[in-house]
Amino acid sequence: MDQLLHDFSPGLFFMQGIILFILIVLMRKFAWKPILDGLQSREDGIQNALDAAENAKLEMQNLQADNEKLLKEARAERESMLKEARDLKNKMIEDAKTEAQETANNMIAQAQAAIESEKKSAMAELKNHVSGLSIEIAEKVVRNELSNKDKQLKLIEDMLGEATLN
Amino acid sequence: MIFLTMKVAKQTFKFFILVSFLFANAFAMADNSSKDPVVSGNKVDTAEEIREYISHHLKDSHDFHFYTHNESGTHYSFPLPVIVWTSNGLKTFMSSAFHHDDAGQVIVDKGDTKLVKIHSKIYELDQGATSVNFDAEHHATNAHKVLDFSITKSVFGMLLTGLLMLLGFGALARGFKKGKSVPTGFSRVLEPLVIYVRDEIAKPNIGEKKYRKFMGFLLTVFFFIWILNLLGLTPLGFNVTGQIAVTACLAIFTVVIYMFSGTKDFWAHTLWMPGVPVILRPILAVIELVGFVIIKPFSLLIRLFANITAGHFVVMSLIALMITLKASFGPVVSTGMSLLLSLFIMVIELLVAFLQAFIFTMLSSLFIGMAVEEHDDHH
Repeated sequence: MDQLLHDFSPGLFFMQGIILFILIVLMRKFAWKPILDGLQSREDGIQNALDAAENAKLEMQNLQADNEKLLKEARAERESMLKEARDLKNKMIEDAKTEAQETANNMIAQAQAAIESEKKSAMAELKNHVSGLSIEIAEKVVRNELSNKDKQLKLIEDMLGEATLN
Repeated sequence: MIFLTMKVAKQTFKFFILVSFLFANAFAMADNSSKDPVVSGNKVDTAEEIREYISHHLKDSHDFHFYTHNESGTHYSFPLPVIVWTSNGLKTFMSSAFHHDDAGQVIVDKGDTKLVKIHSKIYELDQGATSVNFDAEHHATNAHKVLDFSITKSVFGMLLTGLLMLLGFGALARGFKKGKSVPTGFSRVLEPLVIYVRDEIAKPNIGEKKYRKFMGFLLTVFFFIWILNLLGLTPLGFNVTGQIAVTACLAIFTVVIYMFSGTKDFWAHTLWMPGVPVILRPILAVIELVGFVIIKPFSLLIRLFANITAGHFVVMSLIALMITLKASFGPVVSTGMSLLLSLFIMVIELLVAFLQAFIFTMLSSLFIGMAVEEHDDHH
């Protein structure tokens, strides 16, 4: 201890204090501050770049997922559209068929109706004609009878035979 | 000095090395001529002389000594400025005025003051005395120590370290200032070290939020100690971090910093510990204060001082094995042993050089961390 105290040089202590103080001040100003700032900014830069890359990756993944989703949706939509179209086609065909059937039926019915009415009118005309003929025959018969009895009878017989044939 | 430093900092590192060597050579050559007849033929070859030599090395010295030629006694060294505050005011001269005398023989007469150097310390002779008188324990009786602000070898080492740091880290800083985010050349070696101190020492101990304020001190102290420790391992023979004044100053810086940055919480816990009986609180306060003001810095300064001094002592002793074992094992075996052992210890010392810088910085940041800690988490 005595030796230590003897060796302790106050002058050296003083000089060391001054030198160390000046050195700390100078190093802080000219070395440590720019170095630490530089390191900090570099590390921040690296961190930012990493974060940006990570974000980009996430975004990419999102984008991919989105794409996938869109694709899926598109596919589903196409599918549904096709189905709809097919349904529409079938329905249209079906509709057309029923409509055609209906129209045909109507037409047939109309034709039948027309035929019926034609027939009716023809029958009516025929009846009129027949009745006219009958009246005519009756007129002639009446007139013949008035002249020749036998002849009258024969005529009526003929006439009637004719009428039944008709 | 600062101006000079800044000016030189602009130049390249190589240029500085070149210049410093030129200067060293010039001084060494200048000193070459001033042969010293008193100490001619001073081989260091006995155990006593080796002990002397080692203890002399461990002390600070006033000139930069490379080696002494055995037979001619020529010292290859260059003088450093001596600046002393005597009873008659400031005196400055070059250390060459002592002619390498370390025993109080050569008296430097500065008009009204007579100065001598005894065991690396400068003494002022009492009024009227013409030579130093020693008592039985070899203490000067008619001379007293002066305040010595000399640029001693240690101060020179510190200035050199400071310059190296300003150049090295200045270059790294300039790289960052220019907007380059990846340093090139030597800066590439320094940058991970700075990151190491920041991420492994400062951040875990002080905390993410507050570490930034103390980085200037911690980084400076870490590299200052480390470079000085490494310089101590070179044959230049610096022993700066083995000077107790230097380690004491470093420790006091740490104390001042953590004392002045202590939070309210820290002082509350130190002076009036909550959660303990009131009677115990003053006792605890005394213990805590003693711990923070005396024990912690003392452990810091002693640890660094003792490690470096012991390292130097062991390395030099092992090198001296070459001489001390020559009689019993012969020159080849003793030299081989000495080389092997000192190589081994040198490798360990290389580790210790880093380790001590690390521990000093680590403990400093730990103490700072204690002082700035927010205690709200455990109440």
